[in-house]
Amino acid sequence: MSEPAITADLVAKHGMKPDEYARLLDIIGREPTFTELGIFSAMWNEHCSYKSSKKWLRTLPTTGPQVICGPGENAGVVDIGDGQAVIFKMESHNHPSYIEPYQGAATGVGGILRDVFTMGARPIAAMNSLSFGIPSHPKTAHLVKGVVEGVGGYGNAFGVPTVGGEVRFHKSYNGNCLVNAFAAGLADSDKIFYSVASGVCMPVVYLGAKTGRDGVGGATMASAEFDETIEEKRPTVQVGDPFTEKRLLEACLELMASGAVISIQDMGAAGLTCSAVEMGDKGGLGIKLQLNDVPQRETNMTAYEMMLSESQERMLMVLNPELESVAREIFMKWDLDFAIIGETIAEDRFLILHGNDIKADLPLSKLSSSAPEYDRPWIETPVALPLGEIPGISPIAGLKSLIGSPNYAHKAWVWEQYDAQVGADTAVTPGRSAGVVRVHGTTKALAFTSDVTPRYVRANPFEGGKQAVAESYRNLVSMGAKPLATTDNLNFGNPEKPEIMGQLVGAIKGIGAAVLALDMPIVSGNVSLYNETDGTPILPTPTIGAVGLLSHIDDLIAGHPASGDIALMIGACHGHLGQSALLAEAFGIEAGDAPSVDLLAEKVAGEFILSNRKSIKACTDLSDGGLALAAFEMAEEAGMGVSLLSHDIGQLFGEDQARYLVAADSAGATMMELAARAAGVPIARVGHFGGEFVTIGADAAPLAELSSLYRNTFARAIA
Amino acid sequence: MKAAVVTFPGSNCDRDLAEGFALSGFEVSRVWHKDTSLPAGTDVVGIPGGFSFGDYLRCGAIAAQSPIAAAVVAHAARGGYVLGICNGFQVLTEMRLLPGALMRNAGLKFICRMQNLHVATTASAFTSTYASGQSINIPIAHHDGNYLIDQDGLAKLKGEDRIAFTYGINPNGSIADIAGVLSENRRVLGMMPHPERVVDQRHGGVGGAGLFKSLMGGMALA
Repeated sequence: MSEPAITADLVAKHGMKPDEYARLLDIIGREPTFTELGIFSAMWNEHCSYKSSKKWLRTLPTTGPQVICGPGENAGVVDIGDGQAVIFKMESHNHPSYIEPYQGAATGVGGILRDVFTMGARPIAAMNSLSFGIPSHPKTAHLVKGVVEGVGGYGNAFGVPTVGGEVRFHKSYNGNCLVNAFAAGLADSDKIFYSVASGVCMPVVYLGAKTGRDGVGGATMASAEFDETIEEKRPTVQVGDPFTEKRLLEACLELMASGAVISIQDMGAAGLTCSAVEMGDKGGLGIKLQLNDVPQRETNMTAYEMMLSESQERMLMVLNPELESVAREIFMKWDLDFAIIGETIAEDRFLILHGNDIKADLPLSKLSSSAPEYDRPWIETPVALPLGEIPGISPIAGLKSLIGSPNYAHKAWVWEQYDAQVGADTAVTPGRSAGVVRVHGTTKALAFTSDVTPRYVRANPFEGGKQAVAESYRNLVSMGAKPLATTDNLNFGNPEKPEIMGQLVGAIKGIGAAVLALDMPIVSGNVSLYNETDGTPILPTPTIGAVGLLSHIDDLIAGHPASGDIALMIGACHGHLGQSALLAEAFGIEAGDAPSVDLLAEKVAGEFILSNRKSIKACTDLSDGGLALAAFEMAEEAGMGVSLLSHDIGQLFGEDQARYLVAADSAGATMMELAARAAGVPIARVGHFGGEFVTIGADAAPLAELSSLYRNTFARAIA
Repeated sequence: MKAAVVTFPGSNCDRDLAEGFALSGFEVSRVWHKDTSLPAGTDVVGIPGGFSFGDYLRCGAIAAQSPIAAAVVAHAARGGYVLGICNGFQVLTEMRLLPGALMRNAGLKFICRMQNLHVATTASAFTSTYASGQSINIPIAHHDGNYLIDQDGLAKLKGEDRIAFTYGINPNGSIADIAGVLSENRRVLGMMPHPERVVDQRHGGVGGAGLFKSLMGGMALA
């Protein structure tokens, strides 16, 4: 079959800039074939090469005594003691989810699960951070329903409990929703599999589902801005099959236990191309593939299509040839394809044969190492103007504006569609500060949370970046877990605009400062840029996924307040209302600076909570909506009212950082006050729990009325 | 007592069910769906939750045709015990070991939540250690748990005291709030809620522990 001629137009359609094409010509010294152009465009697009962000990602703290493997592999690996490790990562599937919400979200979940089990870990927890346009936008309800169903449809059938996440609505996501999927798995520290190929003439084996034309060019799409032609891109969205993924998981884990695997890599973005290049590159080897041997779902597929297909549920492995029959048998048991499609070679070549034709012959090491890297111009985000006079509001009206908004309403509509308990190890299901899952067969447990406050990041990228990490730290601490490490999913607009690049740079600096101070190194991550529609960017959304360890599950703080318990606020309150949830929801005001984050105060407050857990009945961090929202949520969940002493809007709804709300009985409260004085931690009695009313200062409303508003708002908003 | 837990390629609660049995003192073996016989001396067969063959066709329909199915049916025919949970319940109706069928939830959505149940009969080896009418909490997690049976069938289930559990507040549209039913000889139980997920207080409850305890103490010889 003849291939199209290489023209400037074809190069541009591959998302390749003229100077990048010149670089390609320089590397290979001739005009590329069509297949080669496709391979280069896949390896060099933003999604695979991180060309705009690499310079700044390198500045992130990624090491620590707890880190076994940081960024660069399929997922990060962190020590949890006793020879065990937790392996996790978060990744976006934004553009596909906007085009086809169910499949986009489902395959996002599938992709992140493969990243985890390709390293030899059995997935034990999943989370999802979702950002949508405003509920009244004509696409929003459709997207929410499809994405939530897709997340559930894949995770539930695969059999991983979804234990946490976030859902937010903001007009900046009207044309570009965000779907950030997190997965974590467990493995023995000495049985982790990496993608470094080794040995010459070792068979390269294709595992899993067959290759179709779905997703051809998907990674290139994920690196482009949207416009009105978006519907035309639907055929580039992949289709997920969790049943095949579940079998692939079991087969891969059996295969790994058999000793047959030298290296393994999942076929994600840019499928066969990216996985083969990565394994060869890391091992300093070349790879030769014969595409006739690739299991194909459709007829007459071209080399170009096979190399760029993003069909799901596939893996590529370098096999120990002595164990070929053992490996083949395992895949037959699970009714999955197993095909030797090539071998490792000594020369630095990426040689693609299709029958007798050479479709590509490229220097393999150049494909990833020579990817362009940009030091894009950026400008510092200007300092936010001070917050002016704000309108008056009564405390209960303020609370109602929050719990009557889908942003802060009860989210059972979402999480009840996710199986939160499969595996029978879940100790804390969604709806609390963090989800908690027992480390199977032990008395240890892991806590999971995902956080970011995009309004803050837009107003002040540095403080906003810090805050995302600090909030994740607090959410883990609130469950009694010691924060261990983080993964970052950086969602931004077009990095070729200096002000957007400035947001990215500022946020990375903030995240770096916070993970260093709080000892939560970044061990994996993903960057999603060009999240713009017709030139309008999303709010900068650097989602932080964080993992904490409970060395004994009895350390869990997951109780509820009892009637008569005292509400204590830990941490200093200054009444910071800039960029607060109250202003946004009650008045539509998104102004002022983000709250600043005192990282030392965060550390001190967190350690105070962990060392006083025995005095604490229930704990939550104070973030969006401040004290008033946190106290309401804690009381409502326990089925009781609450009474707060203050009537001051700043004290009630301010979003100062490094704060927690704690419920304790009288003796516990006294103990905590003594301990706080000794530790120099601010502590104050701010009210008490119980009764049938929510009373704030001189204002009150029946719990039943507020509870009904809180629990019905979400479903109503997206009906 | 010996329990055998069947694993289909898409089962995902098989380990949990095996551990539920083991915690109550059962000797547990695992059976692959391509096997054609059960281990000798099997007292109770567990059909676990999950998505046996992806549930792309009617849930449980393909599993009911798999190689192990004939052995399970024969085990039941000679008076052996069978426990099917969630997808396992769907499989048992497809195997015709239990009457009725499980349709898509009335709300058309997957539902995972802690569910209040009433123990409707204690006259079975699965429920003997509960009190009659006892209220217990066991989680549900399903898309197709809406139990349907014709009026004659329902009258028969009621007349023969074969409704094992009913929902407190009906989550899925099931007829007569039915959450679990027994076979005519009372030795096959199918239920949508997951008792194996609540056998340890640290995981939010022990509402399901009584079922395994009942079985351990209450099975007659087949």
